[in-house]
Amino acid sequence: MNISRRQMLILLPAAAVAWESILAGTPESSPNYKMTEHWWSMLIDIPKCIGCGNCVRACQAENDVPDGFFRTWVERYHVTDWNLENPEVISPDGGKEGFPSVTEDADGKYFFVPKLCNHCADSPCTQVCPVGATFIGPDGVVLVDQTYCLGCAYCVQACPYGCRYIHPQKKVADKCTLCYHRITKGLTTACCEACPTGARQLADLKNPKDPIHAFLKTHDVQILKPQMATGAKVFYNGLDGSVR
Amino acid sequence: MSVFKESGHLFRLAALYAVGTLTFLFIRGVLVPKSFGQYGHYRGNAITEIAAHPIHFAGHQACDTCHTDVQQLKQSGMHARVNCEGCHGPLAKHADDPSVQPAKLDTAKLCVRCHAASAAKPRGFPQVAALDHSNGLPCETCHKPHSPAISAGGAK
Repeated sequence: MNISRRQMLILLPAAAVAWESILAGTPESSPNYKMTEHWWSMLIDIPKCIGCGNCVRACQAENDVPDGFFRTWVERYHVTDWNLENPEVISPDGGKEGFPSVTEDADGKYFFVPKLCNHCADSPCTQVCPVGATFIGPDGVVLVDQTYCLGCAYCVQACPYGCRYIHPQKKVADKCTLCYHRITKGLTTACCEACPTGARQLADLKNPKDPIHAFLKTHDVQILKPQMATGAKVFYNGLDGSVR
Repeated sequence: MSVFKESGHLFRLAALYAVGTLTFLFIRGVLVPKSFGQYGHYRGNAITEIAAHPIHFAGHQACDTCHTDVQQLKQSGMHARVNCEGCHGPLAKHADDPSVQPAKLDTAKLCVRCHAASAAKPRGFPQVAALDHSNGLPCETCHKPHSPAISAGGAK
């Protein structure tokens, strides 16, 4: 096959475009899902959490989270009555296998706090990414494009909630996707599916029929670190003031 | 018009600049992914790629389509709102192909994980000190996991 210089110059960019579409592949789509019609969040009902660790195990199974790293985890707080600023917090292996039993403490209280990515509307982690590998999707879920991430870990430092880590094998940033592959297909997240007491509930703030609206109107609900103005979308009911 | 008398080198410079710009635009066109900037400063296709990850938990709706008997039994008991996969684990493979059998469960470990007594748990939640409570007997001797209350005639 003889190709003239002119033909070669025309063919090169065409080949580049073709190669790019091969690299990009054709991802499977979720046909009935419209990104602009959702604004995802989660409700965590502290008085219902029993610290069983079902959510942590479910998350690891669903998302192949490596051992020792967590997209969601459970903390147990121990607060003595006068010392709100210095709670004792434990989370053995992320609370994956539950917590050691404790007996009633006359001077204080114990409670569990499940944590996960807050899917902030003004998230610090997406703002610091130098390459545009992490972003807030049109439906309010903070995601990482792992094929584009450099692994510089700026976002890991930027997250005020400690919800990100560098994946030990992939060497890129990893975090809770709010089970994006599930919620786009009409399922709930793995942690909510596995929670036995309904302490975690996925909520869609753009859906007027979502029970979250009634709940937010009738309960005293907080977000974590409101002073940081992150626009966190994980709402905590019955949250103690000592929780950081 | 002496200014333009020796303008040849300016044209060469302009041509060089034009070639440089075109080369930059070409390389940029090749390197920047096509869907970058579709929704914002990121690769738009990343969203559909993440949405295409495989599912491991089938969801209780999938369980209910076949296991209607268990679902009805569960409805009447205290575990009505505990989803199947909360105890049985991720079973999307079983939902896709029923010949894939789920693993047997260890109730001694499973029940205790939720029901072991601890002052950290909510007051109203049923809790027992496992050893004192059952004297070492397995939980399912008295309690059926799908409907755990002990009925008058004793549990089966």
